Formats: sequence, C-alpha cells, structure tokens
Amino acid sequence: MPPFTPPPLPSDDKRWKIVNGTMRKNGFARHALIETLHTVQSSFGYLDDDAIRFVARTLRVPLSQAYGVVTFYHYFSLKPPGKHTLTVCAGTACYIKGADKLIASAEKRLGIPQGTTTNDGKISLMTARCVGACSRAPVVLCDGEVAGEMSGEQMLEQLERWAVE
Amino acid sequence: MTIEELDQIAESVRQENAKYDYEVNVCMDLACASQGAGLLRDELVKAAEASGKKVLVRRTGCMGPCSSGPLVRVEPEETLYRRVNSTHAEAIVAGLGEKPVAELQCDLSDHFDGQVRVVLENAGHIDPEKIDDYISRGGYKALLTALTEMTPNGVIHRITESGLRGRGGGGYPTGLKWGTVAKAGGDMKYVVCNGDEGDPGAFMDRSVMEGDPHRVIEGMALAAYAVGASKGFIYVRAEYPVAVSRLTTGLRDARRRGLLGNNICNTPFSFDIEIRLGAGAFVCGEETALLASIEGKRGTPKPRPPYPAVSGLWGKPTLINNVETYANIAPIIRNGGKWFHDMGSERSKGTKVFALTGKITHTGLVEVPMGIKLREIIEVIGGGVPDGHTFKAVQTGGPSGGCIPAELLDLGVSYDGLMKVGSIMGSGGMIVMDDTSCMVNVARFFVEFCMTESCGKCIPCRAGTAQMYTLLTRICDGVGTMEDLDMLIGLCTTIKETSLCGLGMTAPNPVLSTIQYFKNEYIEHIVNKRCPAGVCKCSVEAPVEVQA
Repeated sequence: MPPFTPPPLPSDDKRWKIVNGTMRKNGFARHALIETLHTVQSSFGYLDDDAIRFVARTLRVPLSQAYGVVTFYHYFSLKPPGKHTLTVCAGTACYIKGADKLIASAEKRLGIPQGTTTNDGKISLMTARCVGACSRAPVVLCDGEVAGEMSGEQMLEQLERWAVE
Repeated sequence: MTIEELDQIAESVRQENAKYDYEVNVCMDLACASQGAGLLRDELVKAAEASGKKVLVRRTGCMGPCSSGPLVRVEPEETLYRRVNSTHAEAIVAGLGEKPVAELQCDLSDHFDGQVRVVLENAGHIDPEKIDDYISRGGYKALLTALTEMTPNGVIHRITESGLRGRGGGGYPTGLKWGTVAKAGGDMKYVVCNGDEGDPGAFMDRSVMEGDPHRVIEGMALAAYAVGASKGFIYVRAEYPVAVSRLTTGLRDARRRGLLGNNICNTPFSFDIEIRLGAGAFVCGEETALLASIEGKRGTPKPRPPYPAVSGLWGKPTLINNVETYANIAPIIRNGGKWFHDMGSERSKGTKVFALTGKITHTGLVEVPMGIKLREIIEVIGGGVPDGHTFKAVQTGGPSGGCIPAELLDLGVSYDGLMKVGSIMGSGGMIVMDDTSCMVNVARFFVEFCMTESCGKCIPCRAGTAQMYTLLTRICDGVGTMEDLDMLIGLCTTIKETSLCGLGMTAPNPVLSTIQYFKNEYIEHIVNKRCPAGVCKCSVEAPVEVQA
C-alpha cells in the first residue's frame, strides 16, 4: 500500500493547521474523528460542510459516517453561534428551581426558540443538559461563564446589556 | 521512581509547608469559582505578602457545602469561613493567629460529623494541579507497593475482599469484573474510565476529576496492572473543561515522575492513559455506547453479551469502571480489603459520594457510609428543606431512578434497598423536592430527557419514550383520562422489558415510582383537572411568571 498523503488544507486560514495538528497527533486514525471535530468546533465555532468534508477525507471516513457523528452528538453545531451565547442549564436541579421559567422568559425576550440565534446574529439562546454546578441552581452560562442562583431579572438584564452593545 | 523516592518527595513537601505558620485553603471548585473565588485567592496572596506573616495560600478542590461558598479553611486552627469575597481577604489574614473573623466563621459540624471521607479525603486539602501535594498525602504509594510487592491476582483478591461494587450505578462487584478481564486472553487489553457523568443533577465525578485527578489516574494504573492492560482511556464530558485540563496536567506530571509510561518503577509494567472527549450524549454513559464513542463512532449501544470484559474496544478485552470506583482503589490497596469491608451495610460496602441538590439547605457534595438512613442525609447533613416548606420526595439515580417519598426516609442507603423501593443508587445525584414540585411534572421532565437522549437504535425506547411523553403531557395539561394512566403503566412495563440498553430499560422508573407513591397527584390532574403544586398548565392557580 502506498504511504498515505493527507489532502491539502482547504485554505490559508491558520485554524486549519490546528485541525490538521489534531489529526496528525492521532496518526490520521479513523477513531480521531470526534477529537478532530472538537478541534474544528473550538477553532471555528461550528462545523460547516467544508470542514466536515475536509475532516472526513483526511481521516478516510465515509462522509455519511462523519455527518452521522456530527448530528448524533448534541455538542456539535452546524450553525455559527451568535456574538454572545446565553446557555440555560436544564439539568434536574436547575429544573426543580425554575430553569423552565428562565428559558421561557429568555425565549419571549429574544423572540426566538431555544437552540437558535437572533436574526441580527447577536445572541444565541441554548440549553445545556447539565453543567455540573447543580448546587447553585438555577444556573446560566453567559458566554461560557457560570452564573448561579440566577433570577429572571438578572438574566434579562444581561440580555439587555448584550442587546445594546 | 521508587517508594523511597516517593517518601522523599512527601518529606520535601512537608518541609516546604513547615516554613509557613498558616495555611489558607481556598475552594476553587466550580460553585465557589463562579462566585469570585479566583479574585479572592489573588487578594489573599496580596494581603499575606503585605502582612509579613508566613502564610501559604492554596487553591483546592471542592470542600463540600457549596451553598455556603466561596469557602475558605484556615489551618492549623481548622476555621471554616463561608460566603467570603475578595474584600474579606485582609481581615482573614489579620485574624491569623489572633481572633478569627466572627461574621464569616461558620459551624457546619452537623453537616460534617455524619460524613466519612474516603474518596474525598484529599478534597479541600491539596492543590489539584500539584502531583507532589497528592504524593505528600500518601498518593501513588499504593501503586508502587502493588507493583513491587503484590501479584496482579493479589490486587484483584484485595478488591474482591473489600466488597467494592461499581459506583456508576449498576453496582456490579468490581473484583468480579476485574477477574473476568484478567482471565480474558489476548496480548492487548484496555482500561477505560467512564467520566461521562450524564445524569443531570449529579457532579460527584466532576469534583473528583477536578479536585483530585491523580486519585483516578492511580486507580486506573492499579486496575491495568491487575488485569494486564497497557493502555487506558478516560472518557470525559466536553461540558467539563476544567476536569479535562486538570486530568491533562495530571497525566503529564505522572509521566514526568515516571508513574505512567514504560517500565513503571523499574518493573516490566507499562501503562499510559489518553483522554477522550464526550460530545453530549447521555447514552454514552452506557458502556458499549461509550466504547463506540471512543472509537470515533455514533454512541449507540450493542447487545450484550459479548460483554466488554471479553470483547470491548476494537474487539479487545476492556475493563470499564466509573470515576468514583477508580477513586476507591488506592485507599483499598493501602488500607486493606477488610478496612473497606468493615464500612457500610451488609451487601453495600464502603462509602458513597452524593451530590445533594434541589430544595435543601446545604447543597453540595457529601460522602456518607453506605447504610446511612436517607433521613439523616437530608435532615441532618443536608440541614432539611428551607423556607418553611415541607419535604415531598427525594430523587436518586437521575433519569434512571425514582422518587422516594417521606414515609420511606428511614430506609438505609444501599444498592438493594433503593432498588426495592423502585429507585436505584445511580451515580449519586440526590435531588430533594418540596411541596412546590409536581411529581407528574417531574416524571414528564425525566421522560422528556430520555426521549431526546434516546439513540434511536431500538424501537421500545425510541418510540416508547415519545408515547410516554405524550401521555404525561396530556395528564399535565388536564386532558388526560384514567385510561391514559392505565396505558402509561402498560407502556412502562413493555419498555422496561424490551429495550436494548440501560437507558430504555430504566427510563420508566421515574414514572412508575411517582405513580406508586404519588398516585393521588396523577388522579387529581385527571379527575379534578388540578395540579396540587400549582405547576402544571391545568392548574387553576397559575404558576408565577417570571417578570419580563
């Protein structure tokens, strides 16, 4: 078998080198698929078609399998995130302490359902299964920063600050 | 690395610590860190320098009572301060060796006295990013002792003797599992740590991985030696970035010290560990699904047998244990199987860590001996239900568990005891609910969770959980009938008996247990179209809306 030559990077964008680095570190093995997709998402913020194609081709994984993995796991996103992201934890402890009301009130304020981004691309509203900060429920993450014992007012104030930026 | 060298490291840490008159430990676990513990630590360092006192400021893992955070513990006085912020730093340093700061001081002896710390023995005492701190508290001694003085069979024998059972929830005897993998043939075997803590409402494994990562690494290395594996994987949720970074640091430091890698401690034993990130799928807590995910595939479970112990990762014999199970290994090797066997109840040995959350005064992490009464955990250690509300139920085992009512609170915590009342031990989430929680609504919450998390491979789980959700929604909305309730019960039985993996088999548990103990709430929704807790849509007393 001739030695494997990985395909060229899709563009000059330096982030592809990081993605390629993850694959090289794993010897371009097929089982590095999820690891590589994590690197793509952390570098680019989401996974677009070009990225999935590039990773699938480089790891010699069928495109159907790569797409199947991307859509199976909740953590991977096919759409670019907004400038800011509000994530409401929807774990059990948060639910018992009223996370559902927080979600409803954020949906109402932003006029979008959870899991989507406002039309101006400013704010994404997401839910998490559990971030493990249950002792401070209900918890929201403002751009990844954990904020516990969140009240509806505090959350809406945060959204307001982002909206006027 | 030899045992003598370990002792030398421990001694040098002790000498280093002896240079200081006081130790100020700052809890930097997620709950405290999210309330400014990082800034607090910086201010404490500044204040200590300015004061001229010899003070060691140390960041530590979770101290336990998160609801009182950010927490600071001062030694040697053993003073515990609660709700500390950065403005208190100077006062705390000024109080060292003099009078403690009265308004911050707290007495949580009721909370701590009933606890026994094995897994959490180092939490709150060591800096999780310093391997020498772990070594100074006896770390890695069990590994080196086992490698030089014990046979692999001897290690398995000691684990069997201890009576340790899997802490991921199933409760399978750990020694037996290790024995099966050890007996399996083949030159390549794997050891896997399940850190995919998917149970919403539980964070024990996160705390252990973040607060004491070397304990997990040492446990895995001991397991690898016992079963003859040379490669390990830790599968961690991507939602736990701090755990990933602490484990990465831990693995690097262990390699540098020669505690991982080739010919550990100059013996023929070689072992190394890689981290694999989960990507948000509850089903990946199921062992065969987890293995598929490590192989880079969709996390769908496979029928068992063959069990992973015989054919696991890439078809090779694979040992899978939970984080907390591995965290128990080093102490058992160090102190002997009998020591562990003497703790706990008849068929459940040792201790169990619980994440106590929900409507309870002291939320946080507790470690209790098996067999302790639920009432003691909730009313004494947890401080009871706050704000004048009354206790209604405690939920254990997450989406696979059940709700236990007030009349069963005198039940001792054990695998079999919890199973008997329709719940399970689970990984250790314990969520307390009061009279403001509607049990039908809670059941629907869990079923919705299982519905969205079902991998879709087998029909009972994929279609059944969706039908359960529809029926429960009808009841919650006040349009359900008694026939719906009967159909729901029938459906639960079918799903339980015919699903492929644990997710489906246990998904009906929250429904069945709430029907068993809170049937009157279901009937109230159906017959009187009323939600007694005022949560559901059908309720006359509409729930309080968050002000927009």
